[in-house]
Amino acid sequence: MPQAVRSHVHIDAAATSDDPVVEVRGVSKTYADVEALRNIDLDFARGKLTTLLGPSGCGKTTLLKIIAGLIPASSGEVRVNGRVVTGPGPERAFVFQDFALMPWATVMRNVAFGLELRGVSPAERRRVAMQYIEKVGLAGFEDKYPHELSGGMRQRVGIARAFAVNADVLLLDEPFSAVDEQNRRKFQEDLLRLIEIEKKTFIFVTHSIEEAVYVSDRIVLLSPRPGRVSQVIDPDIDRSASPDDIRRAPAYLDTVEEIWDGLRQYAD
Amino acid sequence: MTISGHRIPMMASLIVWGLLWEIVGRLDLIFLIPPLSGIFEAGIKLVQTGSWQAASIITLRSFALGMTLAIGVGVPLGILMGRFKAVDNLMGLWVNMFVSAPLSALVPVLMILFGLGETTVVVTVFLFAVWIIVLDARAGVMQVPSSLIEMGRSYGANGWTLFVRIILLSALPEILAGIRIGLIRGVKGVVIGQILVSIIGYGELFELFSRSFEMENFWALTMILFAAAMLLSALIEIFEKRIEYYAGER
Amino acid sequence: MSSSVNLGDVTGVHKNPINVVQLLGRAFDARPALWSVASLALLFSAWEIAGLIPISIAFPTFSATVAAFVEMVLDGTMAHAYFLTLQPLILGIAISAVFGIVIGVVMGLSQKAEWLMAPVFIVLQAAPMAALVPLVTFVYGIGLTAKTLAVIMLALPVIVLNSYKAVRHANPSLIAMCCSFQGTRLQQIVKIIIPDASPVMFAGLRLGIAAGFIGVMLAELLITPTGVGDLITYHRSVANYAHMYAAVASIIVVSTVTLAGLQRFELRFLRPEKRKR
Repeated sequence: MPQAVRSHVHIDAAATSDDPVVEVRGVSKTYADVEALRNIDLDFARGKLTTLLGPSGCGKTTLLKIIAGLIPASSGEVRVNGRVVTGPGPERAFVFQDFALMPWATVMRNVAFGLELRGVSPAERRRVAMQYIEKVGLAGFEDKYPHELSGGMRQRVGIARAFAVNADVLLLDEPFSAVDEQNRRKFQEDLLRLIEIEKKTFIFVTHSIEEAVYVSDRIVLLSPRPGRVSQVIDPDIDRSASPDDIRRAPAYLDTVEEIWDGLRQYAD
Repeated sequence: MTISGHRIPMMASLIVWGLLWEIVGRLDLIFLIPPLSGIFEAGIKLVQTGSWQAASIITLRSFALGMTLAIGVGVPLGILMGRFKAVDNLMGLWVNMFVSAPLSALVPVLMILFGLGETTVVVTVFLFAVWIIVLDARAGVMQVPSSLIEMGRSYGANGWTLFVRIILLSALPEILAGIRIGLIRGVKGVVIGQILVSIIGYGELFELFSRSFEMENFWALTMILFAAAMLLSALIEIFEKRIEYYAGER
Repeated sequence: MSSSVNLGDVTGVHKNPINVVQLLGRAFDARPALWSVASLALLFSAWEIAGLIPISIAFPTFSATVAAFVEMVLDGTMAHAYFLTLQPLILGIAISAVFGIVIGVVMGLSQKAEWLMAPVFIVLQAAPMAALVPLVTFVYGIGLTAKTLAVIMLALPVIVLNSYKAVRHANPSLIAMCCSFQGTRLQQIVKIIIPDASPVMFAGLRLGIAAGFIGVMLAELLITPTGVGDLITYHRSVANYAHMYAAVASIIVVSTVTLAGLQRFELRFLRPEKRKR
């Protein structure tokens, strides 16, 4: 761990903020006899994008799914808007690594699926879904089926679906890992733009350091086996700059380097 | 399923059904269903009779012969279809047709061509088993990853070496899967063949028992047959798992 | 071969004259249907020659068989036979489909039902059920019921097991997605599991129909000489081999056409990812 601690780096801190929307308190997870997560304490600030970053096997997806209520924690608790999580809830929406699109349904029905489950009338859910289909740049594709779309477009459907239910917190599980490099960059830029418009809280899981630094307000580094919080970093990057400038900014490059120094020990 | 924390193996439910059978049998509701215990007794006596032993030998021999033929013809034909488009185009139609055709209708034809004997049963076993073996061998050869073939080429393998060392070994899991399904179909073939021919092997015994209403013996024979079929498919499954380690790599 | 021809076409230079084989090859590549024609022609000529030799007195030529088939179609015996054969088949398949899918889905959804019933159907599917067909005559005589039961005995296990497996292997990622949007268990079953399982369930139905054809033929040959089975048995007994072969071939063709039609339906409507637009 780097000794030269900069002002924006906290070590092993239960990073606090004024208005946490998601609070993770002492969460541990053990599968059979494998300890996946140990005593995680984290706060996620409202309206910010926080990334869980770490090598494979550090339990970052497990933590995200515990926050989503898709899997139960072995001990500890998660609170969202002050209420303890016991399962999935309307204030959280999940974006899946493998998209999880229904192959038998059109883009429109896939995007509107969350609303369909809530019993929203067909006309209303069509209206809302259309709005987000346009926002993610898929206008004109609403009657296509998932197999007719590229990987990047499929994940746009997944993101539109999560936006359409109007949740406070969006949980994204390595959303771009199945998208090729060129589309991923475009996608990241589009995501930043969407974040600005939508003003929601994002929790983002990735194993790409560059991606984490590029999109995040805060990066939580997890160490593997068992997963623990090893470092919390707030990249000091001017988001108003153009994408190309951000990727060339010294602050961006330094943060990438710093994270790599912290993670290097875990590479095989 | 688990009951108060104890995992109960799935096949244990067969014991429940067996008990139910015993109760229904004891109640004497239909003559068709004698008590299970009676069937077991009859089974123990049955396996000691010379007629059962002779019938079993005939049945096993027809099955073994038919399966040998089916594998000997099916695997090479499947490989040829997988490697040569012309063979595939010419044979594909027929293989796909016969793999799901009602072959029981064909047995009378076999009976007049090959007589009311073992040959007909052997051919029935062959016809039931061969098509799926062909299709799976073909699929196995066709889905050999092209990168693997290119790898072989780049290291200097060609022609025969490439075929034996790469294509055949790579297709082995599918070929064996085809043989497994072929064996199960072969069991059905030997039973259907013998029942329709009805004067040899188990077919003769089934005919005898059902004509003289010896239900205990009928069920005993059926259960021996079912048990043998299950045992066979379990054995192949174990064998398949042993080679699965490299099929899992793909 | 074809690549060198193409190269010649592109550059406009025909270095070597195109021979007959190349021409044929190109024609076959352009029209896959030609392969089917060639394939049919090959078998039918082999059949004709084998019948002309003849390899057995009980082996009629292809042309004689076709003639017998036409004769039976024209005098109405074929239609009557199929009227009798298709009744138990359709009835048996309909019953097997309804019960098979319901039982399979329940087994896939409930662990208790799975524990209780899966082993039974696994045994029934792997076992030679044909051995039990003679039994049904004892209870139900030789009428429609017996034939229908024979169809059900062979078709039901495969339909049950396919529905069960389809439901059990429903995409876990889609189920998690449905949970994450707070879908109820009922919504999960109706909107995710059943649609996701339906292609495999339909394929199971197709296999069940194939088994049903075997069952109905077995019943007609073994216990109740009616329908197509009777055509086969009767013409065999009077040594009218061409007619017998025509009846056998016709049932194989009917089953193949039915199954191919169902497969086409499945690809067209149930598997959008494989559908061509």
